[in-house]
Amino acid sequence: MKELEYPFDSELILKRSKKLRRQLLEGRTDFLTKKIAVLGGSTTHDIIRVLELFLLNQGIRPQFYESEYAQYWQDVMFDNPELVAFAPDLIYIHTSNRNVTAYPAVTDSEQQVEAALEEQYGHFHVMWEKIAGKYHCPVIQNNFEYPFYRVLGNQEAVFLQGRISFLNRLNDRFYQYARAHSGFYIHDINYAAASYGLDKWADPFYWHMYKYAMCMPAIPEFAYNLSNMIKAVFGKNKKALVLDLDNTLWGGIVGDDGVENLEIGQETSMGQVYAEFQNYVKAQKEIGVMLNINSKNEYDNAVAGLEHPDGILRPDDFILIKANWELKSRNIQEIAAELNILPDSLVFVDDNPAEREIVEAQVPGTAVPAIGTPEQYIRILDHAGFFEVTSLSEDDRKRNDMYKANLARQKQQLSFGDYTEYLLSLEMKGTIRPFEPIYMARIAQLTNKSNQFNLTTKRCTQGDIEQFAADDRYITRYGKLEDKFGDNGVVSVVIGRKESAEECGNAAAEGPVAEVSAGTPALHIDLWLMSCRVLKRDMEYAMMDSVVAACEQCGIRTIFGYYYPTAKNAMVREFYGGLGFTKVWEDVDGSSKWRFDIPEPYEKKNRVIAV
Amino acid sequence: MSREEVFNKLNEVFRDVFDDEEINVTDATTADDIEDWDSLEHINLLAAVEQEFGMKFNMGQVVSMKNVGEMADIIISQI
Repeated sequence: MKELEYPFDSELILKRSKKLRRQLLEGRTDFLTKKIAVLGGSTTHDIIRVLELFLLNQGIRPQFYESEYAQYWQDVMFDNPELVAFAPDLIYIHTSNRNVTAYPAVTDSEQQVEAALEEQYGHFHVMWEKIAGKYHCPVIQNNFEYPFYRVLGNQEAVFLQGRISFLNRLNDRFYQYARAHSGFYIHDINYAAASYGLDKWADPFYWHMYKYAMCMPAIPEFAYNLSNMIKAVFGKNKKALVLDLDNTLWGGIVGDDGVENLEIGQETSMGQVYAEFQNYVKAQKEIGVMLNINSKNEYDNAVAGLEHPDGILRPDDFILIKANWELKSRNIQEIAAELNILPDSLVFVDDNPAEREIVEAQVPGTAVPAIGTPEQYIRILDHAGFFEVTSLSEDDRKRNDMYKANLARQKQQLSFGDYTEYLLSLEMKGTIRPFEPIYMARIAQLTNKSNQFNLTTKRCTQGDIEQFAADDRYITRYGKLEDKFGDNGVVSVVIGRKESAEECGNAAAEGPVAEVSAGTPALHIDLWLMSCRVLKRDMEYAMMDSVVAACEQCGIRTIFGYYYPTAKNAMVREFYGGLGFTKVWEDVDGSSKWRFDIPEPYEKKNRVIAV
Repeated sequence: MSREEVFNKLNEVFRDVFDDEEINVTDATTADDIEDWDSLEHINLLAAVEQEFGMKFNMGQVVSMKNVGEMADIIISQI
């Protein structure tokens, strides 16, 4: 919805929130439902009201638990039964400098300041530890913004007794905790306040009248930024940038003006603006955003422009360069198809409003920010938060390389007559093991990001994944795949639940369809997913072999698979059939259950990957 | 701006904020007359009124304001 896309009109959002909410709920039904507990140290009513709009717009339908006024700490520490029963998927702790109680006095000694810091930090630390033990869900915690006045003037930041010094040190302790605990994220209210303007942000009117930590008009920007973190935690980040060239990455039109006359580099003011923007785009690549070009140009001119000696981006920074005279909307669809991602994972950046409009109309879901004038490009893209980072994995840093290797594989495929011969030529090596600590984050990320090759679309937090790994009633497998072009990283995940003795009895009672001989329990596959970047590589066979081997080890002879349809996973509707399962039942909604009796001997399905 | 014009604009703001096209405010309208007008919506309402008229209420005014008529008086005195 345009009204909720950055840059937005905050006052309009505040004023029309009821109507916007109604329209959002009428507009779609395929929401991801999430329970979010908002534990406030100040009023949270309007933050929740606006946060809901932004989350709905991102495809997440939140249910909220809202603590009573300023009860954030008590709710956690004394197990408020309502909060416990709510069983949140995410806890957001909205605290601010108004909740700091242990500020040092100007006359305090260094030791007293240290003690105050410990006391204040301890208040939060004990609460986080309690949450970690009790709720096993992601936590978003605000740091502290600066106060709006300074008794010690500029020395507030220098003297240990100064409030700014105190808050900086306290914030640093928060960051240390966040670095050491995955699933714990800091929402930077200090940056939000600075970006908005501290004097306006901290208008005491709103604190004394309503006990808001910030002024009312700042709430939409604050809630928007928070919604970006939440959508990132739940795996709804964008994945790729699709960039125009002329007047987007450089000033001028390469086909008309010639490479030598483009504005890029340190010679002119406009050249500097574009160079800074190219730098920004290049940095996006380093956090795992895939870069692509979509430009109305001759291909040779596009590449010549990207080879401009004063440019920062180079042709090989991009995965796909579509420089032609096709409709940009069509190029975008092709880019999505070739990268094996959905169009709603793309962000299209173009200075020309007409091009933006055609993409917006023809490719629903693709983000098309109104990026303004060249000197505004960075701020608008940055504040829009499409690629909000929650953690940086090795995979993120190498993503561009991996996708390029994939394209090289596709090229090679063309030169082989027989597909198996091609697969063998890739010299694939698979590693398939039970979940291991170093991959927990990546496994959780995959369960939240994979939509297409995902049989049950079960979403898991890292906490859930760790629990499955530790529970011997589950068989867990992750699969990594390497080949001669590069390492694809962890690309497949399977979680199987061993049938309990009780279920075993019930199944037998269901009659011939569910007939499992008494005493030999079955395995139920609760989750099976694979990253689309390794489609058609027989990785699913290797995973199946490993699951079967694990079953054989614990005496399980029957495997049940489930398929639950979503808007995006039609490609695996017949997946189990292809593996030799037989269909037990199929619902009118398309859900189905499949059965596989492990034959003796079981013949391995994978013949091309060395495991 | 005449008092009548102020009331016309106020009416639009009320309708937007409460998402109800049937609202017609008068001098005597108070929070009791509009179902969704509670203390939390009041904050939002004031922010929308301030934006519409390009003015700001101070704390003293907010705490003493009794009905829409008084709200209109404050607005007229400030624009």
